[in-house]
Amino acid sequence: MTADFKISTFKHGVHPEEFKHLTDSRLIEQMPFVDEYVLPLGQHIGAPSIPIVRKGQKVRRGEKIADPGGFVSVALHSPVDGIVKAIELAETNTGQMVQSIRIQADPYSSQIFVPHPPTPYEDLSIDEFIRSVQQSGLVGLGGAAFPAHVKFKIPQGKTCKYIMLNGCECEPFLTSDHRTMVEKPDDVIHGIRILQHFVKAEKVFIGIEDNKPDAIKVLREKASSSGLPIEVVSLKVKYPQGAEKMLITAILNKEVPSGKLPLDVETLVSNVSSIAALSEWFQTGKPLIDRVVTVTGNAIRQPSNLRVPIGTSMNEVIRYCGGLLTQNIRLLLGGPMMGLVQRSTTIPVVKGTSGMLFIEEEKIADMDAYSCIRCGRCVDACPMFLNPSALGMLAKKALWEDMEENHVMDCFECGSCSFVCPSHIPLVQSFRVAKGILKKRKASELSKA
Amino acid sequence: MSRPAMTTVSTSPYLHDTATTPKIMWEVVFSLLPMVAAAWYFFGLGAFMVVFFSTMGSMLTEFFFTSGDRWKAVRDGSGLITGILLGLCLPPGFPLWMAFMGGVVAIGMGKVIWGGLGQNVFNPALVGRAFLQAAFPTAITTWSPPDGGWFSLNSGNAAWPFMQADHVDAISTATPLSQMKFEHVFAPTSDLFLGNIPGSLGETSSVLLLLAGIYLLVRKIINWRIPVSILTTVAVMSAIFWWIDPKVYPSPDFMLFSGGLLLGTFYMATDLVTSPITPKGLWWYGFGIGFFVVLIRLWGGLPEGVMYAILLMNAATPLINKFTRIKPYGYR
Repeated sequence: MTADFKISTFKHGVHPEEFKHLTDSRLIEQMPFVDEYVLPLGQHIGAPSIPIVRKGQKVRRGEKIADPGGFVSVALHSPVDGIVKAIELAETNTGQMVQSIRIQADPYSSQIFVPHPPTPYEDLSIDEFIRSVQQSGLVGLGGAAFPAHVKFKIPQGKTCKYIMLNGCECEPFLTSDHRTMVEKPDDVIHGIRILQHFVKAEKVFIGIEDNKPDAIKVLREKASSSGLPIEVVSLKVKYPQGAEKMLITAILNKEVPSGKLPLDVETLVSNVSSIAALSEWFQTGKPLIDRVVTVTGNAIRQPSNLRVPIGTSMNEVIRYCGGLLTQNIRLLLGGPMMGLVQRSTTIPVVKGTSGMLFIEEEKIADMDAYSCIRCGRCVDACPMFLNPSALGMLAKKALWEDMEENHVMDCFECGSCSFVCPSHIPLVQSFRVAKGILKKRKASELSKA
Repeated sequence: MSRPAMTTVSTSPYLHDTATTPKIMWEVVFSLLPMVAAAWYFFGLGAFMVVFFSTMGSMLTEFFFTSGDRWKAVRDGSGLITGILLGLCLPPGFPLWMAFMGGVVAIGMGKVIWGGLGQNVFNPALVGRAFLQAAFPTAITTWSPPDGGWFSLNSGNAAWPFMQADHVDAISTATPLSQMKFEHVFAPTSDLFLGNIPGSLGETSSVLLLLAGIYLLVRKIINWRIPVSILTTVAVMSAIFWWIDPKVYPSPDFMLFSGGLLLGTFYMATDLVTSPITPKGLWWYGFGIGFFVVLIRLWGGLPEGVMYAILLMNAATPLINKFTRIKPYGYR
């Protein structure tokens, strides 16, 4: 097979230092249970879930505690045996106060999950399958937390020729997908088997960057004996390869038209860990009540890959990892390139928490800003082929409409431009502002009309 | 556990490439030092003094006329590049006070007046050079031949302001380009290559310029499209005319290695600030420079055309950027 030696990638992009050695060979550990869990109702993209439990009610581990609030929404489950203490506002990773279910763990429970698998997938119709996935609470585990069943439902008139599993994990520091692929390759393959049963794609690609040779090797072995049309594609390490559009371009050499979805080029993209979780749901009936989180950075004593029950306070995770080496830290959720900075550690791990990155404040250089010298490094870095330099100058003058004309809305905020800019101009940061203003304007125009 | 101090909040990304604007500028400065040393070697101490005075003019102007953080502006190294480059495109016997004035005008009119680093339309060193050419046409075309002696000072160097320079013992010779233009005599390429010819300080040794250019290309400080398109255009255009009449028109290798073409190509045309930013725009820009160089050298009133060719294309750069927009992903 010549495909084994093919190394693909997309055009442009950057290559930040990887920092993956901190955790990439550490086995996934189970985070012990703690006293209290906070489960925000809106952990995913779409409508928040609707609670179906009352204060004081006893719940079992894996029991459903909230129903989906619509089609683009998922169910929520209790991560522990315990008692519902309150349904109230609590702080979450977006910085907003969100309605959350607070559960006190039962200190006398063994917290053993008793498997009770749902109806085998072979016996389900496509709609029953979609509903089952929705009930499992599964969302994309790459970070965006988009409900998985919405992606799996191929709309009328659309075809899906390719399933693409995203195992790039192109963000520096993160290793949770990497460890999942190495430790749970059978789950990944079985998840593909389930999805393939309904989607019936011509081909399934697993895209993995070649800094994870162990994952590539084990998945190739498992794939060849699976009888499924799987090709494991080794990708050149480059950021932001894990972005849907970049991954499609890297593997299929096709571009997703502006404003369209992967399905418009007949492709379904899903994160590898989500597929492993899908397999777990159909095998054991365990819904999405925990996830693998990479706890890393130079300010945490013991960087680790942890399987953390959803709702665990980040303070508890810090304590389990040996505490912080300094109090002067910055906490980022996700990787350093696109992660969200936090102002507090008293927030829960949610379904979209792929990594917790603790960086010593002094290590974040206080950088002198200079004028744009039009060196063009950002132009060569932008994976969307925008002109960040020109956009940045427009942003400085608050010319939002002109920025829209220059396609700022196509920017998916990967941050490559800010990464390379030798003058330290906050490029992507200003594009975020511009996109927010333009979106708000459009919304108010729509409401007026 | 005490609450961690998380007072400063900013948005991602939190990683940054190691390249910074001052680092880029200083690397260019260091890459220029061999040329300064070569000028000293070929033309003596006077040559070094010319570079020193033009640099002093640049740096002092940068310091005294920058609004805002003066030391930051001086430290970033960009004014140093301008001063050294200006010095390198002056003749060795150039009066030092004029070199100093050139530095003042280069930074003052070429950079600070536009708003400082990154804001100027024209290459500052060439603005200074153009000023000197207009103000002191005799001095800037008085070429002394390379002569030995590390510590030899040219009497022209010491001329006082507003006094006619004492050129009695200065032997003025013709540069290869003016010989070509007015006498149709072509200097051998080997002399051009090594630098054993009269000319501006930094224009003489093609070998050093090529090495420096390759260094900048490998380090990705300058965009490869500019030198490739300029040199290809000049080579192809001059080859066509040489083929038509080799007695009147110079050979392509003469055109490539004489005058300020290499210095201009690697250091002035590639000035990040004043060159286009789009890949397609860079090709047009380079083509335009090559075209005007050949045009001016073969038919213009001056023997050398690199300075005006680059300044002309600098002026066209905003327009080039506008008409060569990149097609974003998803629109192709």
